[in-house]
Amino acid sequence: MASHAAAASHGAVAGHDDGHVHHHHTTTGLDHRKIAIWAFIGSECMLFASLISTYLIYKGKSLVGPFPHTEYVDAAGKVFKPILDIPVTSASTFVLLMSSLAMVLALQAVQLKGQPLPAGAGWWTRAQRSSQLWLGVTALLGAMFLGFQAYEFTSFVREGLTLKTNLFGSTFFTLTGFHGAHVTVGVLWLMSLLWIDRTRGLTPKDELVVDICALYWHFVDVVWIAIFTLIYLIQ
Amino acid sequence: MSHDSEPAEHAHAHPTGATYLKVAAILTLITVIEVWAYYIPALVSSPLFNPSLLIMSAAKFAIVVLFYMHLKYDHKLFKALFTGPLIVATGTIFALLFLFAKISL
Amino acid sequence: MATLATPTPAAVAGSDAKSGLWSWLATTDHKRIGTLYLWTALAFFLIGGLEAVMIRTQLARPNMGFVSAETYNQLFTMHGTTMVFLAVMPLSAAFFNFLIPLQIGARDVAFPRLNAFSYWVYLFGGILITLPILFQAAPDGGWFGYAPLSTPAYSGVAPGSSELKMNMDFWVAGLQVLGVSSLAAAFNFITTIINMRAPGMTLMRMPMFTWMSFVVQFLLILAFPPITVALVFLMMDRVFGTTFYQVAAGADPLLWQHLFWVFGHPEVYILILPAFGLVSEVLPTFSKKPLFGYNVMVYSGIMIGFLGFGVWAHHMFSVGMGAVADSIFSLMTMLIAIPTGVKIFNWIATMWSGEIRFTVPMKFAIALIAMFTIGGISGVMHSSPPADLQQTDTYFVVAHFHYVLFGGSIMGIFAGIYFYYPKITGRFLDERLGNAHFWLNFIGMNLTFFPMHFSGLLGMPRRIYTYDAGQGWDLFNLLATYGTYLLVVATAVFVWNFVRSRTRGAVAGGDPWHAATLEWSIPSPPPEYNFAKIPTIGSRYPLWDLKEPTWNADPSGHAVPSDPSDLQEETASHTAKALGIPMPYPTAKPLFTAIGLVVMFGGLLLFRDHHAVGLAILLTGAAMLIGGLYAWLTSPLE
Repeated sequence: MASHAAAASHGAVAGHDDGHVHHHHTTTGLDHRKIAIWAFIGSECMLFASLISTYLIYKGKSLVGPFPHTEYVDAAGKVFKPILDIPVTSASTFVLLMSSLAMVLALQAVQLKGQPLPAGAGWWTRAQRSSQLWLGVTALLGAMFLGFQAYEFTSFVREGLTLKTNLFGSTFFTLTGFHGAHVTVGVLWLMSLLWIDRTRGLTPKDELVVDICALYWHFVDVVWIAIFTLIYLIQ
Repeated sequence: MSHDSEPAEHAHAHPTGATYLKVAAILTLITVIEVWAYYIPALVSSPLFNPSLLIMSAAKFAIVVLFYMHLKYDHKLFKALFTGPLIVATGTIFALLFLFAKISL
Repeated sequence: MATLATPTPAAVAGSDAKSGLWSWLATTDHKRIGTLYLWTALAFFLIGGLEAVMIRTQLARPNMGFVSAETYNQLFTMHGTTMVFLAVMPLSAAFFNFLIPLQIGARDVAFPRLNAFSYWVYLFGGILITLPILFQAAPDGGWFGYAPLSTPAYSGVAPGSSELKMNMDFWVAGLQVLGVSSLAAAFNFITTIINMRAPGMTLMRMPMFTWMSFVVQFLLILAFPPITVALVFLMMDRVFGTTFYQVAAGADPLLWQHLFWVFGHPEVYILILPAFGLVSEVLPTFSKKPLFGYNVMVYSGIMIGFLGFGVWAHHMFSVGMGAVADSIFSLMTMLIAIPTGVKIFNWIATMWSGEIRFTVPMKFAIALIAMFTIGGISGVMHSSPPADLQQTDTYFVVAHFHYVLFGGSIMGIFAGIYFYYPKITGRFLDERLGNAHFWLNFIGMNLTFFPMHFSGLLGMPRRIYTYDAGQGWDLFNLLATYGTYLLVVATAVFVWNFVRSRTRGAVAGGDPWHAATLEWSIPSPPPEYNFAKIPTIGSRYPLWDLKEPTWNADPSGHAVPSDPSDLQEETASHTAKALGIPMPYPTAKPLFTAIGLVVMFGGLLLFRDHHAVGLAILLTGAAMLIGGLYAWLTSPLE
């Protein structure tokens, strides 16, 4: 997983170096980094397809519980409730969705930077112009999502589900753990952007740098959309 | 330096903050419906439950990709770079599920 | 018409003043990185060859005791792993690096530092996976590493120890590291080919090697994630005790096989398409004719790549997937023979009525067509499940894939090496030694692998370390071993030629073969900036438009003749600075970052048996990786 993240962060590459360097001419007129991040996202589709396939292949194949959606009674008569906590996960799903909203607003704020505010602009219009605000909110919501995940993992372990317990434990923790690792990389990336914004200030010239981070972030969000339905809701 | 390729279609048709808010509202609404359906036993036992959840999930997926990842407004190259692999990935999932007898023809 | 001057290599060397070890460690020049790939991959090719020699010596006669069964397992595992991941793929990568920017008229790849990172990760990953063989601890579970056989339950415990043998750990970690290298390189080349083509270099004017490489990069980005996932599962089973491949916990023993072959079959095309690209450059040049059916060649390459994702289960007919799955995968496999056959016929048609020059690269290219056809036909035989059930896991299959990998990939790569050596070094490889190499190689290869068709059909299984006499296999095995020894002689001749010609070879000019594509319009070896002025391209064969207009008889190929003034050769004595061309700074940050990645995996290897030490090393590696990345990303490129 770390391996993938390493290749991943390369999408980020550079972002930071080229703001001041002259622009290279390219064949398509598009920036190298944006092509690379889309190719990377394409590759990530295959990564999560493999993980999700394995989860679904092993669904219902665990010999012992706890199980995701059904009760399990072990040989000693101990009862394990269905382990997935839908209300909590629905909340974390909502948090991640909202982080995507904050992300697009951050990108918009960078794009609009330096443009005069229309006369009589309300608080919402003003708030929309703050890239630091939205980058911070995105990172914070991402961190909240990770907090939910940490809570979920520890409570599962307390209830008797670990990586080693059964096929469900192995596949569930690996799949959602991979996703969590991606969120972690995203939060670090967002915090780096926030730090740049605070020190030298992001300008419309940096649109692309924010855009590739946003593409990565939204992709991590759409993966969760798939995971939430396939793992949590479908029984 | 004249050549064949089209210049980058940029930022012209970018949606505004209001669009982003509408998209967020739709995404939230679909999520609420999904979770609500999960708690209605009659719905869960219906043969339409899984397909409709999959459709709603796919819709959310598509909305985020088209609007938040602005693929709808962006260069067609990016569409190709994303949809190509997505097709291979989806095909692989279905093929594997078929091979492991999770779905049948 | 422009006359192309012939600068001497000495003059060119002047422009490349930077030398010494540091200049290589910190290089970001795609040509130097390509050269590093070439040398490293050739070294691994020799190691893999040596392993093959030991395998064949053990099998020369019945009941030989040259190596133990255990060593034999390590040898065939490492032979396959080395040849696939450390020799053929990186040899292709050497050409991607050296040629793609030159063929599309670019000054470097899109991300020069990422390119250096890919190389260093490959080098260290290769060492990680190869070094244990010196301690009799090399991976021993086959290049396909089938789980559950590679899980702790079956991969054994070292004698007199309660610790799990680490053999397969090296393989699991090494392949993940190599995957990072391939993925990073693939994102880089996709971006380079899409975005760094010179004016006028439309997609359908790109040289065929660049086209095939383009297809391969997409195969890489889609094929490596599944194996990465399969390897992560295996590593977690081995290190953290998860249950992915534990049949006792209800796991399906076919999961690994499917995930592996979802990667494994596209991998076959990753190995062969670059060689197809190379011969597609060689054949037109020495036939003095454009490539026959360029468009169809492109489409069939894309077709092969796409269909390549839908045939994987034909490696698994014998596991009993059921009639429907067998039929679908059989049909898809037969289908993929069509675009492949199209390529064979197009190459033949390219030579048809051409004015053929039988140079060494041309001989290797023709050998590819012939040998690959044999391997392709035995491949179609396997596509039929009833036939496959007889052939699977026998030497017939070994014969088949060596005809496509040695007869195809290696022949094509040799064609490429003889063809491009003058461009890379400024000097020719010796033609006489080259001919000796070719014939020894050609005869040796057929003597080695053709008899395996017979021993295989007579029932000799793969991967056995010895066999009893009297089963009708003796003669075929002996012949194959003699063939291998002949290949040793052939390779020795090649290595001698390769090393000697760097200083003693005849001096080659910028365009020694009268070839047609952009890489030949610049000096050999090319200056660090490649093109003093980025050319504008008007056809698929810009140099022929200029020098040999009668050779370019393809009416669709040159709607607009390329501008001669763009293709005039520069005198190579300028430096990039004098020409005002910004070049990337040399930097060792990618090297440092790559070391961090490998240290991290090293820590993971130790983690199972020594938690604290393992974790400390892992975290050190991660810190190096992250720190290296930050330092790299926040420093300017040029």
